[in-house]
Amino acid sequence: MNKEKRFEVTDHPISTENVIQKVTRRECGAITTFIGTVREFTDGKRTLRLEYQAYKDMAEKMLAQIDKEVQEKWPDARSAITHRTGTLDISDAAVVIAVSSPHRKTAYEANEYIIERIKQIVPIWKKEYWDDGSAWIGDQLEKTPYPKGKPPKGANDD
Amino acid sequence: MIKILFFARLQEEIGKDSLNIEKAGLTVDQLKQWLEKEHGLQSLDQTMAAVNEDYADGSEVLKEGDTVALIPPVSGG
Repeated sequence: MNKEKRFEVTDHPISTENVIQKVTRRECGAITTFIGTVREFTDGKRTLRLEYQAYKDMAEKMLAQIDKEVQEKWPDARSAITHRTGTLDISDAAVVIAVSSPHRKTAYEANEYIIERIKQIVPIWKKEYWDDGSAWIGDQLEKTPYPKGKPPKGANDD
Repeated sequence: MIKILFFARLQEEIGKDSLNIEKAGLTVDQLKQWLEKEHGLQSLDQTMAAVNEDYADGSEVLKEGDTVALIPPVSGG
């Protein structure tokens, strides 16, 4: 198995193949990958490009924490996550998540759990550059931030 | 000394990515109030704080050498 960092924030383009390699093991019968890409149109607004900023050390720590949660829920899953920072163009991969497991159901479920948790607790921010301006996303207009004052510890805490 | 880190919207609002201050003994909430007052930051009610890379409650007391990150609602993924 690949010994590279399984939870990584990088300013380089992400190799999906590389993320998959980190979870490939002989006992697995399934690997799911999720690739989050830059979307051009959101509610009729045209995005030209995105910029992602991260609190890198803490972000990698939170990705590892999400993995710990995954291990508790699905002990036979193994995950790897890479999130990109810097300027991204339309269709570039912003995040790649790979999960392997002996059977497919776990790989699907754990993968979805991971992306939902990334959107809750990992300190990474997206700035949208539209054709009519720009803004950091994550303000109160975009969604309700932390009703309890801090991110929920588990996805089902709400 | 306490180091404060700013990200995203807050970084643009205050015009820098970090600030060193002598404010050990304040709680996280008191630090936020101080920043709103002294640096004219908009309301930090929706902003989380992390102390030394872990999310912290508003009542946590800051110690000499701590690094406090102000974390606006995240939007990764």
